[in-house]
Amino acid sequence: MAQDTRGAAPSVIEVNDVSMVFNMASEQLNSLKEYFIALAKHQLFFKEFRALDHISFSVRKGEVLGLVGTNGSGKSTMLKIIAGVLEPSEGSCTVRGNIAPLIELGAGFDVELTARENIYLNGALLGYSKHFMDEHLDDIIEFAELRDFMDVPLKNYSSGMVARIAFAIATVVEPDVLIVDETLSVGDVFFQEKCERRIQSFIDSGNVTVLFVSHSLEQVERLCTRAVWIEHGVQRMVGPVKDVCRAYRQQFD
Amino acid sequence: MASDSTASISNAVAKTVLNKDLLILRQLVTKDFKLKYRRSVLGVLWSVLNPLLMMVVMSVVFSFLFSSNIENYPLYLIVGNITFSFMSDSTSAALTSFIAAAPLLKKVKVDKFVFPVQKVLFALVNFAFSLIAVAIVMLWYRVVPSWHLILLPVCLVFLMLFCAGIGLLIGSLAVFFRDVIHLWGVVLTAWSYITPCFWDFQMLIDRGAPAWVIIIIKANPMYSYLTFMRDILLYRQSPTLGVLIACVVWALIALAVGVLVFRRTQHKFILYI
Repeated sequence: MAQDTRGAAPSVIEVNDVSMVFNMASEQLNSLKEYFIALAKHQLFFKEFRALDHISFSVRKGEVLGLVGTNGSGKSTMLKIIAGVLEPSEGSCTVRGNIAPLIELGAGFDVELTARENIYLNGALLGYSKHFMDEHLDDIIEFAELRDFMDVPLKNYSSGMVARIAFAIATVVEPDVLIVDETLSVGDVFFQEKCERRIQSFIDSGNVTVLFVSHSLEQVERLCTRAVWIEHGVQRMVGPVKDVCRAYRQQFD
Repeated sequence: MASDSTASISNAVAKTVLNKDLLILRQLVTKDFKLKYRRSVLGVLWSVLNPLLMMVVMSVVFSFLFSSNIENYPLYLIVGNITFSFMSDSTSAALTSFIAAAPLLKKVKVDKFVFPVQKVLFALVNFAFSLIAVAIVMLWYRVVPSWHLILLPVCLVFLMLFCAGIGLLIGSLAVFFRDVIHLWGVVLTAWSYITPCFWDFQMLIDRGAPAWVIIIIKANPMYSYLTFMRDILLYRQSPTLGVLIACVVWALIALAVGVLVFRRTQHKFILYI
């Protein structure tokens, strides 16, 4: 911690010895009856599942950190803890600044509402005032390229169109921390490139800290400077992106 | 806590957490309102018509039974009904509010209390429209409102706090035990019967109801809120000190229990929704 403050840039994300334990047995209990049966059978706190086991790393301002690991290794859990959605069972996670989570695009959209109404609703969820959204509505529509469909209920949208709107809202201003989780795989090729250009412009600005999760190692190597490799909840390696990706590939050889 | 970020966004982002919650609440209540009346021809007029129609039906059905000893029975009915519906609407919506917000809670960091509070505020908007219906009935029966009307916000504030407390409590419980959802329907029905919505409390005493029945009904929080509302709208008098105290105390108890249970359990919601 002391070293971090002496470094070139202050750390924006600090993950400090984070563990996440899910209680497998009690998660399937949805009624009082099941609860009391389990209590009687002494099965209540039976099966523990450690999704994350003592993970520690920190990310400096302007850094682009990649998270790699196979499916189910705990990457998304880690991102959710950083985004503040999940609370770690042990350890702590501090984030300085505001986060634009692109974890799953379109969270908080209501399919019955029109795109325009959803933009305001989603903006509020991200903490933008109505006045601010009024000013930036055109930018969002422009970026999403869906001007003719603004007053159509979202239920009539395709998933690609929803993703366009969601990405446009989440990135309407430069966030302090940008979390990108496989979101670039939705939408057509042209829009994917457009999204990547915007993310790249954030990276180039040097103000935005980016957390990047992808199964495409090429993409990780291209965009990131450092990487964290998590496997079955255990932190296998932290370091320069080249080294981590090489080690990650080697396990399959 | 974490505000040493660059100024790139700080002027755009709501200054304080509370400010952000208010923004979200406003948008969510607007959403509820838009969705409720979308594609209905009469739209918001239904919020006025509904209590009026209910009043007409109940007046016809019950007038022979109860109206003899209640002056302006329809007004008595409508005031009781809209007050009770405010409680039942807001709590039953708050009941599933966390579960319904699951897609959101799983992906975005939001203060969770906004969801039950949103439902209470939405019920309040509906209640405001119901008051138009009350005004119509008062005009019809030539009941001239008195200065006691200014006590209406006081009563509403306590009723809202009461409903928010209950909403937080049952909403939190429903996350862990879905049984609560089924149970609440039964509770509300039972509650509506022991609350003098369409019958007269005096009638029970006149007919010599046992003391424990009287105690149960008087201990019912909704009895106090209904009495308060009728005092200021129908009887045009100040509520008794006892009623006022009961309204305050019930609001505080409900809020305390609700907030306590919610704060104890909210960090575990994500694992159960």
